[in-house]
Amino acid sequence: MIKALLSLLMLLLIGCSASTSATQESATMSKVQPETEATTESTEIQSYLKFDDFEHHLHQEDDKIYVINFWATWCKPCVKELPYFEQIQAQYKNKNVEVILVSLDDIKKLNNKVIPFVKEKNLQSTVILLDDADYNSWIDKVSPQWSGAIPVTLFYNKNKREFYEQEFDYQELEHIVKTFL
Amino acid sequence: MKTIIQFVLCILVLGLAACNNSSTTAQKQATTPEVKTAEKSTKPEKSTVMPAAKTNVAPQPKPNKKGYNIGDVVADFTLKNIDGNMVSLADYKDEKGVILIFTCNHCPYAVMYEDRINDLHNTFAAKGYPVLAINPNDPEVQPQDDMPNMKKRAAEKGFKFAYIFDDKQEIFPKFGATRTPEVYLLQNEGGAMKVTYSGAIDDNHKDAKAVNVKYVENAIEAVTNGSNPDPNFTKAIGCTIKVKKG
Repeated sequence: MIKALLSLLMLLLIGCSASTSATQESATMSKVQPETEATTESTEIQSYLKFDDFEHHLHQEDDKIYVINFWATWCKPCVKELPYFEQIQAQYKNKNVEVILVSLDDIKKLNNKVIPFVKEKNLQSTVILLDDADYNSWIDKVSPQWSGAIPVTLFYNKNKREFYEQEFDYQELEHIVKTFL
Repeated sequence: MKTIIQFVLCILVLGLAACNNSSTTAQKQATTPEVKTAEKSTKPEKSTVMPAAKTNVAPQPKPNKKGYNIGDVVADFTLKNIDGNMVSLADYKDEKGVILIFTCNHCPYAVMYEDRINDLHNTFAAKGYPVLAINPNDPEVQPQDDMPNMKKRAAEKGFKFAYIFDDKQEIFPKFGATRTPEVYLLQNEGGAMKVTYSGAIDDNHKDAKAVNVKYVENAIEAVTNGSNPDPNFTKAIGCTIKVKKG
């Protein structure tokens, strides 16, 4: 019963942070629906204008292995490595691995660039958009190792986390994922 | 059972109040106060860790970078300018300092800052701090960043400062630069060019009008007044400097 109450409260809070972001630039937002996954028919992308609202994605305490890749549609090396993340998602989802692709595109490009891109590439991993321009206030919260260049990738589970500022090929990526299994 | 229902209602009311609160004050304020309220109300129940509970750590970026750090003296270097002449850092020996910026043609972030880089030069060159722009990218990886395109872009945007090409990619690693745009504010101390600030130009790449802190301008003001810039190091998202793999 208590668990149920807590989850109710969590839901409420999540809803709350979503409404915070939504009020800021609601005109340009596509549907903000927490815990909604991108579906094949209509692509919905959770979007955040405040890093604080997004940050819980970097601190899930369940049994999954999270592979969080920061990218953008305009970033050539990022786009180049996306298929490898997709491959990891496909190969390892049964092993509790979840890939989250965090687009740092401008939220104004969500509907005319990011969503079409996700559809065109048929991305199956969860895509999230984070557009908080005050970079200096949050880059170190992802990792103090991050200089600010992209692509970067954070791997974590509840026991450890590793951060890489580099472009990956599939072998390198798989190698790191395996160390978390 | 009654007490449980009361408890649920209580939490709901608390949560909803927090929610309304956050919606109305959504603009600039972080949502931490509401989160705190909610956290407190669940604490007696030995809650599982709330995801939002970790948002409070606000580490200031530390210069953990490779290459030149704050206070280091930059060794002289010579690179080719868009006008065909060679430009050395030593050529700036009569200036108070240099606003050295790693930038390029292709990167959307660099492009968003072009007008502001022009403004920096137009404002501060007369005060002894001209801009010196360096393109560090390998055009084999990013063809738009070759010399002809540098000339073209400089002409289009009316750059009045030197825009030099680190074509051998030997200079940017000495700085430990990783992205474009990335600024190094240098102070001329009797011929020694010392790094006094490194990082972003300001805190909003998208919109010059929405900027809250003009890091570079503030840093110049600080050194002009004989104090140390605060912050003297910032981070920002930018395009990776393009280097051939292998």
